[in-house]
Amino acid sequence: MEDIKKLIINTVEDAVIEEKQKLTVTVDWKKLPLLAKTLRNNKDLPFDFLVNLIGVDRGEELGVNYLICSSKDLSKEIALKTSATNRENPLLYTVTDIYESAHYSEREVYALLGIRFINNPDMRKFFLNSDWKGFPLRKDYDANPDINPVSIESKEIQDIAPRIMETEEGQLLEETVKVFEDDDYVINIGPQHPSTHGVMHFRVSLDGENIKKIDVHSGYIHRGIEKLSESLTYPQILHFTDRLDYLSANMNRHALCMCIEQAAEIEVPLRAQYIRTIMDELNRIDSHCLAWATHTNDLGATTAFIYGMREREVILQIFEKTCGGRLIINQNVVGGVMFDIYKDFQKDVKAFIPYMREKLAEYDRFFSHNVIALGRMVNIGHLSKENAIAYGVTGPAGRASGWSCDIRKHIPYALYDQVNFKEVIRTEGDSYARYLNRLDEIEQSLCIIEQLIDNIPEGEICAKTKPIIRLPEGEYHARVEAARGEFGVFIESRGDKFPYRLKFRSPSMQLVSAMPLICKGEKIADFIGIGGSMDYVIPDIDR
Amino acid sequence: MMLLNYSQPLELTKLIKWFDNLLRASLPEFWTLLIEFVVVALALLAVYVVVALLLIYAERKITAFFQARIGPNRAGKWGLLQSPADMIKILLKEIIKISRSDRFLFFAAPFFMIVASFATFAAIPFGQSLHAIDFNIGVLYVIAISSLGIIGVFLAGWSSNNKYSMIGAMRSGAQFVSYELSAGFALMTIVVLSGTMQFSEMIEGQRYCWNIFNGHISSLIAFVIYLISGHAETNRGPFDLPEAESELTAGYHTEYSGIMFGYYYLAEYLNMFVIASIATTVFLGGYLPFEIQGWDGFNQIMNYIPSYVWFFGKTFVLIFLSLWVRWSFPRLRIDQLLNLEWKYLLPINLLNIVLMVLLVLTGLTLKDLFGIL
Repeated sequence: MEDIKKLIINTVEDAVIEEKQKLTVTVDWKKLPLLAKTLRNNKDLPFDFLVNLIGVDRGEELGVNYLICSSKDLSKEIALKTSATNRENPLLYTVTDIYESAHYSEREVYALLGIRFINNPDMRKFFLNSDWKGFPLRKDYDANPDINPVSIESKEIQDIAPRIMETEEGQLLEETVKVFEDDDYVINIGPQHPSTHGVMHFRVSLDGENIKKIDVHSGYIHRGIEKLSESLTYPQILHFTDRLDYLSANMNRHALCMCIEQAAEIEVPLRAQYIRTIMDELNRIDSHCLAWATHTNDLGATTAFIYGMREREVILQIFEKTCGGRLIINQNVVGGVMFDIYKDFQKDVKAFIPYMREKLAEYDRFFSHNVIALGRMVNIGHLSKENAIAYGVTGPAGRASGWSCDIRKHIPYALYDQVNFKEVIRTEGDSYARYLNRLDEIEQSLCIIEQLIDNIPEGEICAKTKPIIRLPEGEYHARVEAARGEFGVFIESRGDKFPYRLKFRSPSMQLVSAMPLICKGEKIADFIGIGGSMDYVIPDIDR
Repeated sequence: MMLLNYSQPLELTKLIKWFDNLLRASLPEFWTLLIEFVVVALALLAVYVVVALLLIYAERKITAFFQARIGPNRAGKWGLLQSPADMIKILLKEIIKISRSDRFLFFAAPFFMIVASFATFAAIPFGQSLHAIDFNIGVLYVIAISSLGIIGVFLAGWSSNNKYSMIGAMRSGAQFVSYELSAGFALMTIVVLSGTMQFSEMIEGQRYCWNIFNGHISSLIAFVIYLISGHAETNRGPFDLPEAESELTAGYHTEYSGIMFGYYYLAEYLNMFVIASIATTVFLGGYLPFEIQGWDGFNQIMNYIPSYVWFFGKTFVLIFLSLWVRWSFPRLRIDQLLNLEWKYLLPINLLNIVLMVLLVLTGLTLKDLFGIL
């Protein structure tokens, strides 16, 4: 990393480098694209994966934090910081041309903080309506309901995208572009549609049955979780994580707990670590079973759908016996877990492992080699490794494109450095690779559970914490491997019992951002199938 | 005729004869015919509805069995009353009128569908003497009338003013036209074999050797192709693209409600039945029992089972096959569907007809080889 520091200083002389939890570099907003591009193109260790893009209201000025890391080694991370000069018309340069995944994040930052990005091709607000007054994540935001009254009127969707482009002479040009041509045949997939797995709205322009263009229109389930968190104490925030990607609720919550524990330097008892890891893996199997089920359902195989649900039910019952919850289990708390495992937990889980293996073989016989299923998945929705990295597509989908991006391997947390498991990687990058990856990951999760289930040590399940948890001043990141990819938490603390800024990195947003790319030119029927293979969860995107 | 040699105590032939004689004895010819027409029509309608309700119930139970579920079990014993209850519900539901749709075509469309399936239904021989119309071009009639249904699908898609419906209708058009060809050719293969287009003659010709055995290789190919294309014509999975619910919510009938939707629903099930019963009639000897020439004792036992039981039994086996396929396979895509038809089924079919002609001409059918009547 010393080389990298030298590289940064050589590129931008007045960059401020600090060794915090992550290597933090503060630069002037005009120099940021240059620095990002240099780091991106660095030969030995290219910082080509934008993990998280976080808009922050720093009081005096509005700014953005970028967490970037190398796709070759996810543990090599740099946090870039920059600020816009004035609050009235804050402007920053886009990094969309360097990291594709920044596109939607920048639109989100615009909607929530009002920072506009020069050269971003489409600067419509994400999540919020174009006529929303004020920017919710600014500290001086007026939340008076009279300003933005709830309207039951139907709103036309904005089809003209504003943007700011910089000309070659360095002049800023405000212009608008049309999202669709006038004679495009545009159909709505969503917000209420059986196959969007939630209230997501895709507008698809068609040429016959072929897809010409997809416009993602999100925000139907935007609940302002990040804004809400700013006025709640840390233990109160925990349950929000479960409402993001509800299918990997436990893993999300694990991430937030971990972030708080690292910041407050709380030691988690070993027994709690065991329980957390086992529960995470059970949660992953549960999520993959459902993903398999919904994917097959999207392809039109209803019976397979029910089979997936049947296996999932067994896990849900184990969850229910442990802590009463099924989907959202409220298990992790700061310092450990809330509930100890029940008496027959080990017996139930050990009975589940061979059962699930048998069912995996059944899935394989029943669906994986079906000639119609192959026709609907092989070579469909191809995502190359370069694009997977550029779009930040992680999880089973990213690994299906040949990118080793498993946080459990790269930055082990909990007990993942003590167990043997294989990171499932395929290089085909099509729907079928993503499909097979999920099934194989179920097998790997079973292996992990097998290694841990007999060795759960006796002891405390939760560390003693203070009644009011205050985090020392600073910026904290935590990253875990959720079922759909990398889930990240960013907390900026000013020493208070509330977070100053809290941001979640949701894997689903990146999955959706790649959809317009990989669906282009495919049939409309395959759009649904590809969506199933990407397996995004909408509340995770909208937050 | 040989048929009279066996005792068939449970047939309805005598009952129908008796009824006919009764009417003729007391009424002039015109009134007799009129009353008989009305009775036959009512009987057919009743059978139509009952078959549909039973099929819906059977599908639910069988699907539940495939899917490790229980299926309907609340209304009545084993949920038997579920289908009638649904029927009543659908009759009572509001018919929603869509604004900015072509009102006349919108309401006319379901009738094309239901009339087409009902008119086909009339030409099916359900058993001895249970055959409403016996055209001398029965096969042609069935092919012609059943393809009327596509008009209903098309009109529904066009008049609904809904993009999903439109795509569904376009898919359906492509699919129907393509698979109609295959189904037609497959039936023609058997027409070549049996030398007639009349259902009653075709059935009688299969007494000791069903067409599927008689034309061996060629018949078997035709049978498989007919099942595939018939399945495709009924718009059921894996060929349910016109109404692919995960893509187009409900395709061409998205905007229909109440009994208008009910017509489509009913017609879908009945089409499945019609396809299965035509396959039964043409390939599997229709209502005839399984008999072997010379084994009189065996044939006598087979004949104790009434012909309509044979018919419905064989049809049910085919329907079960169709359900099995439907609930096991994922859905094809439109281009794969058309590929399957135009690149595989149609050429095979054409060659198959030639093969069948050769078989018949050179005397290589089973009947010729073994001297079966």
